[in-house]
Amino acid sequence: MRLLGRAVRCVRGGREVFSGLDFEVFSGGTLAVTGPNGSGKTTLLRIIAGLLAPAAGSIGLEGGGDELTLPDQAHYLGHRDAMKPALTVLENLSFWRDFLGGGAYDARECLAAVELDHAIHLPAAYLSAGQRRRLSIARLLVTRRPIWLLDEPTSALDTAGQALSMRLMSEHLARGGLIIAATHAPLGVPAQELRIGGAS
Amino acid sequence: MTALAALIRRDIRIALRVGGGALIGVLFFLTVVVLMPFAIGPDLALLTRLGPAILWLGALLASLLTLDRMFAADHEDGSLDLIVMSRTPLEFTCAAKALAHWLAAGVPLIIATPVLGLLLNLDVAATLTVALTLLVGTPALTFTGMIGAALAVTLHRGGLLLAVLVLPLSIPILIFGVAASEAAISGPLAFGTPFSILCALTLVSFVIGPFAAAASLRQGLD
Repeated sequence: MRLLGRAVRCVRGGREVFSGLDFEVFSGGTLAVTGPNGSGKTTLLRIIAGLLAPAAGSIGLEGGGDELTLPDQAHYLGHRDAMKPALTVLENLSFWRDFLGGGAYDARECLAAVELDHAIHLPAAYLSAGQRRRLSIARLLVTRRPIWLLDEPTSALDTAGQALSMRLMSEHLARGGLIIAATHAPLGVPAQELRIGGAS
Repeated sequence: MTALAALIRRDIRIALRVGGGALIGVLFFLTVVVLMPFAIGPDLALLTRLGPAILWLGALLASLLTLDRMFAADHEDGSLDLIVMSRTPLEFTCAAKALAHWLAAGVPLIIATPVLGLLLNLDVAATLTVALTLLVGTPALTFTGMIGAALAVTLHRGGLLLAVLVLPLSIPILIFGVAASEAAISGPLAFGTPFSILCALTLVSFVIGPFAAAASLRQGLD
């Protein structure tokens, strides 16, 4: 599987954010998108996720599922955690498993994998920022998809949480997945770097 | 189908929890209808004549009250991104969300109608007729209102804009809903004619609502 971006250009609100971005990621590879605040890291991830259209250029996927588009095969982990405060941790995760079409994986086991099993019946409103991040990461595990688009995956995580996310990313890469992550901190897995903006 | 069933279950569950929209709508409906006899005065004949219109107006405003959270809540916490990205076609997802909204916020209004009919001096047959027209008409309010909710999704405090966008679309539903109720209670007109048009409006909204909402959600993402 190969994810390919050619001459991607993005314009937001009449202002050019970036242009001429080329990148290429293979199965088992990681692309770390770096750059100063406001350089368009999140925007690039959202373009890859199909949530925004690029102003020019193209993004393609080769060797994926036959009938599935790129967004169908990608997990997007954004700044916002997509968890409902009124629902419990388990209800939130079970919903995303059913909605994203996983089914095969047990929500409780995935919560145990991110060390949230003690808080299963707690409403998500009571979770700390780091715990919410762990819950979002559990969403990546409860349905398997080959492409992970991660926006600041380690933000708000403690050192144990960062080690955990590093381990989960390595396992994902070993399964043949690919990761594109916007990050300021080192990811902890071997990665090629794509630097946006900030040249001056 | 699992995905849509899961979405409907989740939305209903959230609506019924503390801070959810289901009770707010019914309480508002109750307030409007209970206050009306005090404002109009103890003229029983007048109350009977205005009864269906008051119940319909109350139901319309109550459904507007909770509509603006339909997509805005999902947009704020990022769920909408994942919903748009998912394999389920967005049109089906929108229809499922509207159905969930109607089950959580519309059905309680219909259940409350027989009780409120008493306050407006409507007899049992008249009350049941109004409840029937609401049963047929409130889905149309939700499905057309969904278009406004989808258009206003990226605006903070889009509630007022939503009302301005949605009310013109709701007027035909209101006219034929009240006309059908009054035809059955007092009017010289046959009940069947306005009621059939109300049914037709509802069916049209089932088709147009999800497509228009999905299109505006795709446009509105930022």
